Amino acid sequence: MQTRITRLFDSLNRAGTKGLIAYLTVGDPSPERTPALIEALERGGADLIELGVPFSDPIADGPVIQRAGERALRAGTTLRGVLEIAQEVRSRSEIPLLLFTYLNPVLRYGFEKLARDAVAAGIDGCLLTDASVEEAGEYVRVMRAAGLDTVFLVAPTSSARRLQLVAQYSSGFVYLVSRTGVTGERDSLSDSVAPLVRAVRAVTNLPLAVGFGVSRPEHVAELGKQVEAVVVGSALVHLIERNLDNPSLDIQLESFARELKHGFELANAGVHLS
Amino acid sequence: MIVSQPDAGGHFGDYGGRYVPEVLMSPLEELERTYLEARNDPAFQAELDELLRSYAGRPTPLYFARRLSQKLGGAKIYLKREDLLHTGAHKINNCLGQALLARRMGKKRIIAETGAGQHGVATATVCALFGLECLVYMGEEDMRRQRLNVFRMRLLGAKVVAVTNGSRTLKDAISEAMRDWVTNVKSTHYLLGSALGSHPYPLMVREFHKIIGEEARGHIQQAEARLPDAVFACVGGGSNAIGIFHAFIPDASVQLIGVEAGGRGSQLGEHAARFSGGSPGVLHGARSYLLQDEDGQVSLTHSVSAGLDYALVGPEHAWLHDQGRAEYISVDDRQALEAARVLSQTEGIIPALESAHAVAEAVTRAPKAQGQVFIVNVSGRGDKDIDIYRENFRELDAQ
Repeated sequence: MQTRITRLFDSLNRAGTKGLIAYLTVGDPSPERTPALIEALERGGADLIELGVPFSDPIADGPVIQRAGERALRAGTTLRGVLEIAQEVRSRSEIPLLLFTYLNPVLRYGFEKLARDAVAAGIDGCLLTDASVEEAGEYVRVMRAAGLDTVFLVAPTSSARRLQLVAQYSSGFVYLVSRTGVTGERDSLSDSVAPLVRAVRAVTNLPLAVGFGVSRPEHVAELGKQVEAVVVGSALVHLIERNLDNPSLDIQLESFARELKHGFELANAGVHLS
Repeated sequence: MIVSQPDAGGHFGDYGGRYVPEVLMSPLEELERTYLEARNDPAFQAELDELLRSYAGRPTPLYFARRLSQKLGGAKIYLKREDLLHTGAHKINNCLGQALLARRMGKKRIIAETGAGQHGVATATVCALFGLECLVYMGEEDMRRQRLNVFRMRLLGAKVVAVTNGSRTLKDAISEAMRDWVTNVKSTHYLLGSALGSHPYPLMVREFHKIIGEEARGHIQQAEARLPDAVFACVGGGSNAIGIFHAFIPDASVQLIGVEAGGRGSQLGEHAARFSGGSPGVLHGARSYLLQDEDGQVSLTHSVSAGLDYALVGPEHAWLHDQGRAEYISVDDRQALEAARVLSQTEGIIPALESAHAVAEAVTRAPKAQGQVFIVNVSGRGDKDIDIYRENFRELDAQ
């Protein structure tokens, strides 16, 4: 199955480069402003956008993304609204778009209806933080039948048996959680990434992306040596939060994305980073 | 005959299961393995039985509430006195069991959530008993309305962390405890206090509490030489209710009545009546009846009783509901408060506000149930609620 996501990783591979995946909470600070923020990220070099759909009880998220979700919900963001925003972005851009949320809003919307509407809106796949593969059979069947990728998470605590299962249920790429914990910025990378990358490579040929705690160009540089893509979330969302009323927010976001993307080149240049 | 048993994935029909971030799958599997081994280990069961007897105070009496029954002039009402247990509520049954499991897994740090504070106190108690580090997450609003229990936890050596997001009640305390667990998964056991969450919690918590129903079933047969007509219990997550219901599930003649919090109105946000106001959804690791809006966002809830103030009901209750084996109704704040006063003044028993909901429904039904036998689970005592009783019965202060 070819999707914008699989084509992205094919082209990165051919070019010998790595991908920057940018997360933002859709509707933060308001649904109206999200399309411009996504475009800023794309201009800055983001290769794939994770569209965070806010949920009232985000148990996997740290304070930064929790607060973004609260702002987005207060601004009236719904899954339906996220799809409309995706459609607007899609009318101008071919950047891969991945829905990133919790199971309940999707259950409520209905798998079949979501698959249909997501495809119509130009969405390429979906990741549900709290849908374990054991409970995801029906969801994966419906999404795949519609031509959408289903991305799942693996964690440093995942057993060999679970890595195998997650690889089976995943398409597009596998998302490696760099550390045990909630989303959020960290000063340093976790030691658990390298062994996790090795363990996942042993069970799948899918591209790998690492996220959670990735917040600086030097993190991107370091991880770019090990995996095909790097996910930055809280650091971007935090920048949005610090500039809610700042008219130059789009420009700042763009330049931060560019700095992060530049991390890959630092790694290629063999610059030593401490 | 209905046999209520989850499948290997922890499903009660369509409910239950495991809906958690991947990081938590391995500790849930470890907990399940440890629990299933321990359940078949006679030494584990013997140690737990001895603690329940000599430390917690089991068995608890089944007490015939003569004056209350006479006043209502119908059913004979028996009270299952879980309020007489050490720490003042049924919660200690589960905490002792899970503390033994934590020790078996070599986990030295315990986290818990609490609403009314009864589970927090019971957790702090077993942590003191076993020398474990204890951290309890509690909504800021619940800390305010259950101040006594906050201090009890601190006196027992636990750290109480105020949760300031969302509704600042039980839901947010559970979210915060889950975030802690995701972060400290290797060192920490999450001592979940209700029949909620991912498998194996709903099964395990039920098994640690089913002794309530087993004792009550034996005692009523001694006292009345028959089974009861109805068993009443309040349902927040539903641990005391599943505990007393479970032994009676195969007895088709025994009505099982779960009482939810009707709060102060029937609008979404004003109550915690999940069966009448909710629909199936997923929260905190399990699928069950959930109070949610049309976009799948979890609703705020209200109840005068912090322990019933939660948006999801335990998954086994959802299954019993759909099977028609148990009936779930709600009682509002006012009725619960009034029932607490009636029980206090007829029997000299001040119930917890949670338990008062179950009492209220029995009080409503008793006059029309001549010749019947009721059992009400008095899951906790009311000392923790004295401030709320005072606020609501100002005329007593003025005497």
